[in-house]
Amino acid sequence: MKKVMKTLTVAAVAATAMVSANAAMAEGERYILVSHAPDSDSWWNTIKNGLALGGEQMGVSVEYRNPPTGDLADMARIIEQAAASAPDGIITTLADFDVLSGPIRNAVDSGIEVIIINSGTPEQAREVGALMYVGQPEYDAGFAAGQRAAGDGVSSFLCVNHYIAQPASTERCQGFADGLGVELGNQMIDSGQDPSEIQNRVMAYLNANPDTDAVLTLGPTSADPTIMALDQMGLAGDIYFGTFDLGGDIVQAIRDGVIEWGIDQQPFLQAYLPVVVLTNYHRFGVLPGNNINSGPGFVTADALDLVADLAGEYR
Amino acid sequence: MSNTGATVDERIKETSKLRKALIRPELGAIVGTVAVFAFFIVFAGDSGMFNPQGVLNWSTVSAQFMIIAVGACMLMIAGEFDLSVGSMIGFAGMSIAIMSVTLGWPVWVAILLTFALCIAIGALNGIIVVRTGLPSFIVTLAFLFILRGFTIFFPQLIERRTIIGGISEAAAGDWLAPLFGGKVGGAFFVWLGDLGVIEVFSRGTRAGQPVVDGIPMLIIWALGLVIVAHIILTRTQFGNWIFAAGGDAQAARYVGVPVNRVKIQMFMFTAFCACVFATCQVIEFGSAGADRGLLKEFEAIIAVVIGGALLTGGYGSVVGAALGALIFGVVQQGLFFAGVESSLFRVFLGVILLFAVILNTYIRRIITGER
Repeated sequence: MKKVMKTLTVAAVAATAMVSANAAMAEGERYILVSHAPDSDSWWNTIKNGLALGGEQMGVSVEYRNPPTGDLADMARIIEQAAASAPDGIITTLADFDVLSGPIRNAVDSGIEVIIINSGTPEQAREVGALMYVGQPEYDAGFAAGQRAAGDGVSSFLCVNHYIAQPASTERCQGFADGLGVELGNQMIDSGQDPSEIQNRVMAYLNANPDTDAVLTLGPTSADPTIMALDQMGLAGDIYFGTFDLGGDIVQAIRDGVIEWGIDQQPFLQAYLPVVVLTNYHRFGVLPGNNINSGPGFVTADALDLVADLAGEYR
Repeated sequence: MSNTGATVDERIKETSKLRKALIRPELGAIVGTVAVFAFFIVFAGDSGMFNPQGVLNWSTVSAQFMIIAVGACMLMIAGEFDLSVGSMIGFAGMSIAIMSVTLGWPVWVAILLTFALCIAIGALNGIIVVRTGLPSFIVTLAFLFILRGFTIFFPQLIERRTIIGGISEAAAGDWLAPLFGGKVGGAFFVWLGDLGVIEVFSRGTRAGQPVVDGIPMLIIWALGLVIVAHIILTRTQFGNWIFAAGGDAQAARYVGVPVNRVKIQMFMFTAFCACVFATCQVIEFGSAGADRGLLKEFEAIIAVVIGGALLTGGYGSVVGAALGALIFGVVQQGLFFAGVESSLFRVFLGVILLFAVILNTYIRRIITGER
């Protein structure tokens, strides 16, 4: 049955995709994960895989939804809509409290269990009535990274922000600056999402500010082009380079000594655990007594092999 | 003309009433609307798409498209494009947020000043287009970047953030804000909730209240703009000028139509519509973000084209654009309800849009006999 469904989905014709989704609904609880990520952000693939695996292992039906352009107002509509389709639970990011708290609150009040993941804070999660928060506190993670870099002798840096409209991105840069004990000032650039633009902006900044000690990127979207920029400028391995999140190229760069460390917030857990928690809550009424911190963990050149195998898929 | 009375003018070809009723730009959109609803009733009828929450959801999304589509439609009939609509939405929202939250001005002042600012930028767009004779495509593309850049720069500079919240608190008790972010018919929905016609919240501080507590002003604005624009376009001299300016600008000038003025005014109207969209959004959500309105300009243009307007100008209808917006909104939200894998969403959207436009053009050609 599963195989047949898979073939049908692969065929991916309008009607068949819908039929298979509807058929899955009948099997068990139904959970919807809503993210704030635009389609272009490859990092969320791990979330999708974690979600799918969680759904498969627990025998529940799961769906992934996101605003195609990353517009948070559109995301609010998606949450409203997810609630209107009456699932058993909604797993969502809380990228902007003002915009999303209303729709999330409404979902909670109409009897849908909600778990906040990835963005937002534990306090905000409690305020909207969510069961729990699963994620990595962004500012704290940035701060920890900043302290680590300060210990390695860094005193100035470039923060390559590829998603500047998202407050959490800015908090990472701010945390890093505070951890270093320096002003953020003009050290954060809005790189945009396009790889060649990011590469060129990083090169332009480093040419204009040759005494920059370190580069901080906020995910594969900005890290991969930055690696290429450093290669071209002959700075790879020379400049202190740290990044948030992991991906295939990042892992390779850590192995090559280009990147000092990657901060793994373990997104797999952010999608997988809520499915497990919600399913067990609905079936047996059991619930962990606290929020779950999925990160930060620093990934360095030591013990990299397992990470390398699974980077971009489950890591 | 005055002495024709009952006599038939032999120079005018006779057209049957039925044919006359069919030769309308919005016909394709009407057919499309029926087809789209039929499709989703079959495939998503029991998914919650047609319960009160679901209806409100796609109505709101459609109303958003409608507001910007009306402006884009009028402008496109006048023969021009505005690609800065999406950036204007972000810019206007940020402008209201900065004035009301950061500067602490009353919200009504912020809203009125923002409207003035947006309409002025719209006029600037128009003046540059008519003075330089450059394609509006290029001029407004420049403003797409300029406005988006400012929308990111100013809050970064002033607040060190790209999202400014706290507008809800600032707007509490304001006289103008409810006109954009309020809801009407609350009592009616409470009554429906009491009757059990619509569901009520089962828990929380609002337990017992209906899940749908009113019709957002956004929808009222959309309908109001559609009606007003439709009347202006089809019942007034100014409406004829708009068609003339887009159909053949030079010919229109020869017969005395102030083409430049009409075009500039249409740019201002488009900016006004974008500002209405932004204000409703900011007041409803209580925050303005630098990413608001991304790609909305294309969504507006797509809705207008589904609605039967020609990209070359001089032909189109506001009602058609409104139906185009409805189709767009229903398709976009309906695909989620139908449980379509979300990465395929764009594929479906593209296919359905292409299908709608081809159908539209085909029907129009058959009926009007144009080549």
